[in-house]
Amino acid sequence: MRVFILVIFVSFWGFTNFSVKASDKDVYGRNETEEFNPMDAIIDHISDSHYWHILSYTNKDGQLAEIAIPLPVIIYFRGRLSIFLSGEFNHGTRVVEKGGNYFVLYHDKVYVTGINGNLDLNEDGNPNNERPLDFSITKNVGSMWLSAFFLLWIFIYVARRYENHPSTPKGVQSLLEPIILFVRDDIAVAQIGENKARKFMPYLLTLFFFIWINNLIGLIPIFPGGSNLSGNISFTMMLALITFLITNINGSRNYWRHLFWTPGIPVWVRFFLIPVEFIGLFTKPFALMIRLFANITAGHIIILSLVSLIFVMKTIYIAPVSILLSLVMFMLELLVAVLQAYIFTLLSALFIGLAIQEEH
Amino acid sequence: MELLTPDPGLVFWSGLTFLILVFILRRYAWKPILHAIKVREETIEFALEAAENAQKQTALLEKNREQMMIEAKRERNKLLKEARRIKKEIISDAHNAAQLESEKIMESARKEIEKEKEEAVHELRKQLALMSVDIAGKLLEEELKPTSRQMQLIDRYLDEVNFS
Repeated sequence: MRVFILVIFVSFWGFTNFSVKASDKDVYGRNETEEFNPMDAIIDHISDSHYWHILSYTNKDGQLAEIAIPLPVIIYFRGRLSIFLSGEFNHGTRVVEKGGNYFVLYHDKVYVTGINGNLDLNEDGNPNNERPLDFSITKNVGSMWLSAFFLLWIFIYVARRYENHPSTPKGVQSLLEPIILFVRDDIAVAQIGENKARKFMPYLLTLFFFIWINNLIGLIPIFPGGSNLSGNISFTMMLALITFLITNINGSRNYWRHLFWTPGIPVWVRFFLIPVEFIGLFTKPFALMIRLFANITAGHIIILSLVSLIFVMKTIYIAPVSILLSLVMFMLELLVAVLQAYIFTLLSALFIGLAIQEEH
Repeated sequence: MELLTPDPGLVFWSGLTFLILVFILRRYAWKPILHAIKVREETIEFALEAAENAQKQTALLEKNREQMMIEAKRERNKLLKEARRIKKEIISDAHNAAQLESEKIMESARKEIEKEKEEAVHELRKQLALMSVDIAGKLLEEELKPTSRQMQLIDRYLDEVNFS
């Protein structure tokens, strides 16, 4: 583990830029004299970013300095793919020209502008400018790869342990085995059934551990944690979509018949039920998507709000209260992290189980 | 609302990463782990079953042994009783046979003795007759003229003699 962290640091150190802003505006475009806006700060913290922020501090010249890893920007605009490091944006203060198009970074999103880099803001303060297709390796993607790497490392290691010592679980193996057994027996087998569960076990196990580890990484407030991947709607949407696809691809004849020609009720009612059932098909994964997103994001917002209290009230004396309450929230979030992973996996298994059920 | 808008880039990378993760973990982690756990569970189940069977077997053997012990004891008692009875029988048989035999021997001895005695008496009579005749002859020789009255007299004397 120590070696692993060292490797990350060394490999990224080269890219790390110690930038000193020319203007007196900070990363979020605020004037230092401006009132602290907790809403902006919170949204900024739970949103994705093109930088992997490590540390900000005020240097001896009284300027705000940042240590952040610039991440690769991959954008596709008008048939042209551009790949460059986000450091070129210099935290949104520089206009980047690629293939005759000009891009700026505003609130961590890439916009297409003219040569002067001016944005056309509407009354809500959001730019009307066009956006390129953004496939950048953002902080969330980086964090996701970190979690994927961690999962691969730990589970392949554990799997090797099983090959060598099939009878005695030791160390991390004995920590993970009950959880694996729990997912197998109380989620997969309980919802899908002994015989058919085997097929879906790899998906459910990966889903459970992937959500859990990303929830936990999201709770680490310092580098390399601090991302809000599992509280990001894109991430939860993808997972819900995969569950939706697995459910419907494996749906039995019985499942489709119940969906579109529900047996046992008068024929004219069946016609009314078709749209209801059809909507129900999509509300299930939609609820999955929203549940995970909302739970994790809400937890982050509460903790950030509690910390923001200090800056809103402008007194250090509120800090103990903030810290104590954040600590309580952290404990709760640790529970929520595993609970939401469990719920997502359980409901996925439930939907799969309902879909593959044969006539009874 | 910005939070609720999916970002195509992140959707793409999430899907790609997750699917690759599922495939790699399925091949290199979940299959071996689940297989090993299943094998272990089956081994434990099998061992438990075998142990239970062995216990049952032992109990059965124990019961058999006890049964056999009881039977053996009963058999021994029976044999002892039988032996005692046979011993008594043999002794009494032998006793009876010996008595019978001795009686028989005594009887035959008595008969023999009787016979011997009769024979002896007979012989004696004969001898006596001869001797009497001899004596009479001698007397006659002495008297030279033996009379019938004399002979009668002799017989009468002889009869008077009791030999027994």
